[in-house]
Amino acid sequence: MAFDLHVSKRLGDAEIALQLQTGEGVTVLVGPSGAGKTSVLHMVAGLLRPDRGHIRVGGTTLFGESIDVPPERRRAGYVFQESRLFPHLRVAANLRYGAARTAAIDGVADLLDITHLLDRWPRTLSGGEAKRVAIGRALLSDPAFLLLDEPTASLDRARAAEVERAILDIRDRLRLPILMVTHDRAQAERLATQVVEIG
Amino acid sequence: MTPEEWGIVALSLRVGFVATLATLPVAFAIAWLLARGRFPGKILIEAIVYLPLVVPPVVTGWLLLLAFAPGGPLGVLSDGVLFRWTGAAIAAGVMALPLMVRAIRLSIEAVDRRLEGAARTLGAGPWRVFWTITLPLSLPGLLAGTVLGFARSLGEFGATITFVSNVPGQTQTLPLAIYAALQRPDGDAIALRLSALSVAVALAALVASELLARRMRAAMVHGV
Repeated sequence: MAFDLHVSKRLGDAEIALQLQTGEGVTVLVGPSGAGKTSVLHMVAGLLRPDRGHIRVGGTTLFGESIDVPPERRRAGYVFQESRLFPHLRVAANLRYGAARTAAIDGVADLLDITHLLDRWPRTLSGGEAKRVAIGRALLSDPAFLLLDEPTASLDRARAAEVERAILDIRDRLRLPILMVTHDRAQAERLATQVVEIG
Repeated sequence: MTPEEWGIVALSLRVGFVATLATLPVAFAIAWLLARGRFPGKILIEAIVYLPLVVPPVVTGWLLLLAFAPGGPLGVLSDGVLFRWTGAAIAAGVMALPLMVRAIRLSIEAVDRRLEGAARTLGAGPWRVFWTITLPLSLPGLLAGTVLGFARSLGEFGATITFVSNVPGQTQTLPLAIYAALQRPDGDAIALRLSALSVAVALAALVASELLARRMRAAMVHGV
């Protein structure tokens, strides 16, 4: 089993609750904004603590009774909605930040077509470029699974198609379980092995 | 300019540098606590740290004197501090502390914590996040706070004269020397020269900090 989540969390007036169990491939979370999709990804990454429940990925318990693995040891490859590149580091240094093997940078840069961006500063990148760098940075941290938050939001159609191709490539070539959030139903249909409704 | 006057400048700079450098780590630790900490009594710590900013400097100087006088809580240090340049540096550091804490605290609060979260998911533990993300991103404010603290140290008067008196060669920094000159019927010329010197030193510090800040902003934006 790839993702086995049973979490609930009260955030202000909203109660986020989700239970899902998925197999290999891409699991897509869909639901209206404010339903807590991003909060679920944060909980899986360890950036937000659930009130109750458990989080297991690939058979490893990341959160449960008396277990709360810190985010740096969860091996989550998290691609945030706003990319979150480090503004004081060049693209190459951003990629290297979590890289277990720096030798892998060339291959990943090639896969995502960002080799020509390595010397650039994050603020000079377009939205699509920044997103691809963020995906590369997450991949290079030797993740056990990927969390993608609206990976194609704010991209034009051509760029969105590129990122979608990269996601499918990662699914098929690297065989990483992927938990993805989108509000785009058509995209969910195109990419998902399984769709889960939330909210 | 006489050799004595150059000596006053050298002493002022020494007191200013030592006060600023010694206060910096303390100011950073307090700023961090106030920016990130959540604990009962936080408002009390905040009030105490900012106290020297609002209390008359004479009071601060007198409290320091009580603390460091023989028999006081820090009395064991009295020989090394009272009527010595080290005491002047302590007075300057205490007076500069609130300004430094405020500037550094603002810069720590301005760091985007989402970037720290991103670094955690990339495998960085809390210390690595601090050294590689939080500290570099708060560097401009850290620098601003340091310059502000240095400038404040150079101008320190009330707490210093109360705490360690006005001893030529030991505690007589620029402001104290100007004050001493003004007490003498023939001191106007000296006071004028020393005042001009104070303005020049302060101006140089401000220009240097502005240049550094610009370079740092440029480095943040375009790269070093």
